[in-house]
Amino acid sequence: MKNSLKEIATGFNSLITGMRITIGQFFKPTVTVQYPHESLKMPDRFRGHIELVRDPETGKALCFACKLCERACPSDCITVEGAKLDGAKKKSVTQYVLDFTKCSLCGSCVEACRDGAIRYSHAYNLASTKKEDYVMDLFKRLEDERLAAEARGEIIPTPAPVVAQASPPASSAGIAPAAAAPVAQTAPPTAEAPKVDQPKPVTPVQPN
Amino acid sequence: MQALQHLISSGWPEPLRLILFLVGILAFVGLNAAYLVWVERKGAARFQRRPGPTEVGYAGLLQPIADAAKLMSKQLIVPAGVDATLFRVAPLLMMSPALMSLAVIPWSQNLAARSVNVGLLMVFAFGSINVMAVMLGGWSSRNKYAIISAARVVSQNVAYEIPMLLVVITMIMVTGTMNLSEIVTQQAGAFWHWNFFRVWVNPLMPVTFLIFFICMLAETNRAPFDMAEAESELVAGAYTEYSGMGFGVFFMAEYANILLGCALATVLFLGGWQSPVGSLLGNPQGVLGNLLGIFWFFVKMYFLVFSVVWIRWTFPRTQFYGLLNLSWKILIPVSLVTLLLSSVMIKLFHQ
Repeated sequence: MKNSLKEIATGFNSLITGMRITIGQFFKPTVTVQYPHESLKMPDRFRGHIELVRDPETGKALCFACKLCERACPSDCITVEGAKLDGAKKKSVTQYVLDFTKCSLCGSCVEACRDGAIRYSHAYNLASTKKEDYVMDLFKRLEDERLAAEARGEIIPTPAPVVAQASPPASSAGIAPAAAAPVAQTAPPTAEAPKVDQPKPVTPVQPN
Repeated sequence: MQALQHLISSGWPEPLRLILFLVGILAFVGLNAAYLVWVERKGAARFQRRPGPTEVGYAGLLQPIADAAKLMSKQLIVPAGVDATLFRVAPLLMMSPALMSLAVIPWSQNLAARSVNVGLLMVFAFGSINVMAVMLGGWSSRNKYAIISAARVVSQNVAYEIPMLLVVITMIMVTGTMNLSEIVTQQAGAFWHWNFFRVWVNPLMPVTFLIFFICMLAETNRAPFDMAEAESELVAGAYTEYSGMGFGVFFMAEYANILLGCALATVLFLGGWQSPVGSLLGNPQGVLGNLLGIFWFFVKMYFLVFSVVWIRWTFPRTQFYGLLNLSWKILIPVSLVTLLLSSVMIKLFHQ
């Protein structure tokens, strides 16, 4: 009798405790990311496909078509073309085609680059129904972005959005853009530098 | 407004009254069944810190309508070899007792379809049909899962009918009537007049309410006692073979029964349409009084409905022996004790 009463009491107590916990959760904010409407900001060290780094002074690509990355690529997915412009000391890149269908994201190209002219992008919503969408000219994309920014009356080199892959225009190697609005989220700490031998971009990188 | 007031005070012409309440209750139950699904889904989501349905309409408010349209457009498959008549009748048999029982619920001062003298008896007489509906549905489906589930449901409902009726007998002894309107009228005044707090008649009154509530959960086959539709064990239990609106009606009936159970708990224990603050807000009569009555009734009833959802998403499904142990070893002895205690108290102090 005593034991069974005790059992009832403890059982009832545990039920009440359970219900208290669930009602506590009920009034807390939700944690779901409503994916097609909003998506998470990728961490700084996310290794997406590569992208060209902009020279913070001129706003042009840092790359001068030395083709080290092309040679380092084990899958032959990079094709770089460069030309020496009039009056320039170095060559500058004119075409930088990345065939993302072949790329295995090994990062050898970034490692091979001596001048930090390429880096990992934060693009990850890379869904498309067409194979051609994955053969992208990174140089053309960079230039298009610059031109678009100038058309809006912004100067791209300084200050903020240096290389943002924010919703590429349809004309550039179109990656089906998932309508992505960045969720307010604190970025993970970026204290330790990436292992790759490359200067870290100083400017904040915009999420996709 | 004036005409309405006149109608209410002078009593309604009989055919009008019939149609009005029929349509009213049907619409009410239909809407509730649809939107309790929404409440359930939203509640479930919030308990798990998800937002729940958001896409169809504002906050997913049109989701039930979309679901209903989908269910209605589906074919009602009657599998080969089933008892077609029973198979088709079972969902209706589940739905109709709930609809009929709602006729005696006093929603407000003058708002009850029928103020039957043996209202409480009627509700429980109809309430036991519901077991048969699940049984028939499971049996006629010609499906192993459905039959196992039906057998479990019957033994569960029989086990829980006993403490529930013992509690109801206690309440009948305390109130001295089976007329639900009468029971509510007795609880007039502020909340300490409610049967829930009438500890001078029976010190175990809150326990009685708890037993009633637990039995109500079990009788309506709600989690943690949802043996009828134990998805993880028996596919969809007794409803396995049902498709389209056949399943939809079972689903609606579940919510209609929850609604009825909560309404009954409100009437029996929580003072029905009586205001919890007594006549603090005045004591309006007529249309205003009725509206206020409906308001308080709904507040109490939907709080209980919310608790049902809350319980569902808190506790895992009981095992079958645990379920029967709870009924036979705890609920029935305790409800017998409350019955005895209140009869002794009434005999000694409240003659």
